[in-house]
Amino acid sequence: MSSAAHVVTPRSGASTATDAMLDVRDVHKVYEGRGRSVEAIRRLTFHVDRGELVCIVGPSGAGKTTLLRCVAGLLQPTSGEVVLAGKKVSGPPEGMAVVFQEYGRSLFPWLTVRQNVEMPLKQKGLPKAERKRLVDDALAAVGLAGFESSHPWQLSGGMQQRVAIARAVAYEPKVLLMDEPFAAVDAQTRGELEDLILSLWKRLGMTIVFVTHDIDESVYLGRRVVVLSSAPTVVLEDVAIDLPEERDQVGTRSAPRFAQLRTRIYELVQLAKKRSGATPAEGEE
Amino acid sequence: MRADNVAARIAYVVVLPVVLLAAWWFGSANSVSPFFPPLQDILEAFPSVWFEGRMWNDVVPSLVRLLAGYGIALVVAILLGVAIGSYNGLRAFLDPVLEFLRAVPPPVLVPVFILFARPGDELQVFIIAFGCVWPILLNTIEGVRAVDEVQRDTASCYRYGRVRRFFGLTLPSASPQIFTGARQALSVAIILMVISELFVSTNGLGYSVVQFQRTFQVVNMWTGIILLGIIGVVLSLLFRLVESRALAWYVGLRRSERGE
Repeated sequence: MSSAAHVVTPRSGASTATDAMLDVRDVHKVYEGRGRSVEAIRRLTFHVDRGELVCIVGPSGAGKTTLLRCVAGLLQPTSGEVVLAGKKVSGPPEGMAVVFQEYGRSLFPWLTVRQNVEMPLKQKGLPKAERKRLVDDALAAVGLAGFESSHPWQLSGGMQQRVAIARAVAYEPKVLLMDEPFAAVDAQTRGELEDLILSLWKRLGMTIVFVTHDIDESVYLGRRVVVLSSAPTVVLEDVAIDLPEERDQVGTRSAPRFAQLRTRIYELVQLAKKRSGATPAEGEE
Repeated sequence: MRADNVAARIAYVVVLPVVLLAAWWFGSANSVSPFFPPLQDILEAFPSVWFEGRMWNDVVPSLVRLLAGYGIALVVAILLGVAIGSYNGLRAFLDPVLEFLRAVPPPVLVPVFILFARPGDELQVFIIAFGCVWPILLNTIEGVRAVDEVQRDTASCYRYGRVRRFFGLTLPSASPQIFTGARQALSVAIILMVISELFVSTNGLGYSVVQFQRTFQVVNMWTGIILLGIIGVVLSLLFRLVESRALAWYVGLRRSERGE
């Protein structure tokens, strides 16, 4: 696998593709501090098609969260732009939901599970009956029917993250961003939640951008895996995951192709630790 | 909670007051001092002093001024506190001044205000409100500043508007600290209710107590002090009732964080 691993995949034609739901174009981000500036993202360009599930992996400190915050409209890139469904992102855009890693801090502890899921729908101005239907459906879909009147802090970590997922799903977003959502739950729960995401994705057909540092997780979930370099970040490679459409925790993870792909991405991430956008990538080829 | 458990808790709370009252009762029973009359005399005088006209003419006006001043302070302090707490620059700019104003004991300012304003209900309400604002304001600022960043991001992502952000995020998130400030302010309010009446009133609970004292009606004076104590206890019980309902989530959250 080592032969093709170092090539930076050109994606020049991608940004004009008509089916691009999310288009990240030449995003560059510098944090200006007191007297010094830190370049977090050198230049990032990639796109995600409508209905696609793309994972973004990179070594820790690769600017994954910075990228996600730029995409979510929580942070302005220094230059470049993020285009979501044809519109330039200048603040949190319509039709986008985010699931954060820190489920315990993302849910509102003064609200019940039902109120947490319902609040964004109220902000959307949906009528009461519609809200009730969406909340009931979303909670049933994540397996939390019957917990409507609990408060988040009465639930386990995995269940809290399910509430956050239900909140995002009930919002009916066009794009769902997930920022290392399962990094803080135990391995068994993580497997269940991964399968939950896959089933929701298939059923609802939304576009999902899933940021993770877990290589196995990225291969298991993604139809494509975008590998980032160390900061200042560039796209190191865009790997297509040619595994069968149907995935399951035992079969998929023990398939030889899965092992090949995870090895390849592992090597890329190892490489990424040493290489950043500041290192000339073409030198070795 | 089982019934005998409740009974035990009530007994636990009530025992000390009962003992102290009994000590007062028996200790003062044969007192001939004009300053410390027997408790029995005080309690016997209580209904005639307070329930024949003074309830309406003195107690109610006092309480109305108290609640008006306290209510105004709550609204003003929370709105200002949210505004100041939301902007780091503004907070840093105002912080030393606010700390100074908080440190000045409000009763000291009463004589100052009298110089500038005509005595009357408005002035008393203003004095109470002015004293109550500081603890609520400073606690609100702290509470707003501590609103969790991920919760803020969440509200932004779901495109919360200004009003929903205020009522759906900032206010509930800061509410534990706001309640802390409001509890401190409640005792300030009672103190200022009495003190403002000493200077600028022609009726009220504090005014009556001072009048009794100046006319050597010592028994009546003591009834007023007891009534003030009762009002303080009742207000604080009401406050705790509201607090325990509004902050039930917070108590539960803290308990789950401690792993109970």
